[in-house]
Amino acid sequence: MLGKKKATGLDGSFVQCLGCKKTLFRREFEENLFVCQMCGHHHRLSWRQRAEITFDEGSFSEADAGLRSVDTLEFPEYREKLESAIAKTGINDSVVSGRATLDGVPVSTAIADFSFMGGSMGSVAGEKITRTLERAATDRIPAIVFCASGGARMQEGLLSLMQMAKTTAAVAKCREAGAPYIAVFTDPTMAGVLASYASVADVILAEPKSLVGFAGARVAAQAQVMKVPDDFQKAEFALRSGMIDKVVERRAMRSTLSSLVRVLIGGSR
Amino acid sequence: MAKSWKEWEKPLLEIDEALEKAREIAKKCSPTEQVAAEERIAYFEQRRDNIIRVMYSRLGPWEKVLVARAETRPYALDYITTLFTDFVELGGDRRFGDDHAIVGGTAMFQGKPVIVVGQQKGRNIQDRQYRNFAMAKPEGYRKAIRLFEMADRFRLPIVSFVDTPAADPGVESESRGISEAIAASILKMFELNVPSVAVIIGEGGSGGAIGIAAANKVLMLEHSVYSVIPPEGCAAILWRQPAEGAKAAAALQLTAQSALDRGLIDEVLPEPFGGAHRDWETVTKTVGNAIEASLHTLDSLSPADLREQRYAKFRAMGRVAEAAPSA
Repeated sequence: MLGKKKATGLDGSFVQCLGCKKTLFRREFEENLFVCQMCGHHHRLSWRQRAEITFDEGSFSEADAGLRSVDTLEFPEYREKLESAIAKTGINDSVVSGRATLDGVPVSTAIADFSFMGGSMGSVAGEKITRTLERAATDRIPAIVFCASGGARMQEGLLSLMQMAKTTAAVAKCREAGAPYIAVFTDPTMAGVLASYASVADVILAEPKSLVGFAGARVAAQAQVMKVPDDFQKAEFALRSGMIDKVVERRAMRSTLSSLVRVLIGGSR
Repeated sequence: MAKSWKEWEKPLLEIDEALEKAREIAKKCSPTEQVAAEERIAYFEQRRDNIIRVMYSRLGPWEKVLVARAETRPYALDYITTLFTDFVELGGDRRFGDDHAIVGGTAMFQGKPVIVVGQQKGRNIQDRQYRNFAMAKPEGYRKAIRLFEMADRFRLPIVSFVDTPAADPGVESESRGISEAIAASILKMFELNVPSVAVIIGEGGSGGAIGIAAANKVLMLEHSVYSVIPPEGCAAILWRQPAEGAKAAAALQLTAQSALDRGLIDEVLPEPFGGAHRDWETVTKTVGNAIEASLHTLDSLSPADLREQRYAKFRAMGRVAEAAPSA
């Protein structure tokens, strides 16, 4: 299950890379954490795949699973979109939150899944991110949040915009409590999510070539006569601009997070 | 569907023009013609009021968008220079530059020292460009953060005026971290130990607006709008039709009344007959009184209480259904 950007299956044993279009052995591709061995393209992961490759085996336990979106505005087609996303992904909204351990260190975590309505943040995603950060603050444990979102969910109107304030307020709680907060930008991390809790983490990592930006690239280009750099709104551009700490290959993500977490909690124990 | 405020208010603008002419004639005419001229003025005035009554009694969400964008509506500096004394505009983010889309500085509000910040639109083409259409760049939010920090240091209440279509989406803004600047400004507002009041006076445009609106009290003028996305943008995404702005505005329910009903703002401030742009004096008085009342109620809260009130208020925003997790 690779969400929308599925490496297209040819038959059972082969897949085609979405980056270079080359044919890959499925087993090797999966062993390589869904990164193309030929071109290095990082394919999108479901929340479950992310949890599996990041945390200690079997350590993830979901919290807040009962949260569901409410169509308060009776927005055109929102109910249908929610229902079909739930049916397609098997999760109730775009973020899955819970607890896990990373090399034995307990962490509070939230993982966004782009395949659920583009990872968009409405009340449920906002609530789960907030609870994740609050749990970290209360227990003084690290929070690790994997971002993957097109931005705020417009179908919930102003309520979605307010999730930006709510989640960012929870970051203030983490800081007050001295709980480290690490954000990992995966493809894509955009708009309302980028302009709130994602950008004020203590440490920000990103997967290679992830889309990271405020406005859609077309809007940004239209607003400017200036030439748009080739890697505009890519993780590497954000790195060069000083907006993130590090671009980390998927294979090295777990160990990088583990090193960070062990150091950042060191001072408080 | 009218696309602009000017187009929508055309009947009114025409009668305003006729009224203006009638007044000029009345000034010049002979005493014998005076009565007739005055009758004519009265007729036009009555007619104008009737049209206003009809148009403004049934302002839909889209009409509110148009009125919120009206070029003759009072802007941030209009409120600042009328309601505050001793205003000293301060500039620069001490990092990159000075943004003219966000203004701010020290001032006295009814004899009490405050920090005031606002998004500023321009009234003519040159001015609009100078203000970048009130679309702030990273340095604008970083200037605001600087002022917020100063407010905290000197224990000064903060008043902010929100009026922006959106934050600046350009390449430069992106490379200097517009998202980080907005997020950091929101974060700073939650960390403040002083009272804060935000007033949405025109357009509350998504992230650009919330960047200076995470306040203890959020007030909103009756015909201003507050939205997660501009209606045209929403229509372009959903129906690939930017022209369906009216439909999107209705779906988004971006009016002050709707925001109040859902507990997302604290108060709706009534606008004078025919909208804020028809009577600056009255609307300025309304806004001034509301700021005064808000600061007064916040006056008794300790720094910890202020932080807690702010957190609790925004923490409660969101509508979810929560079922017991299925085993």
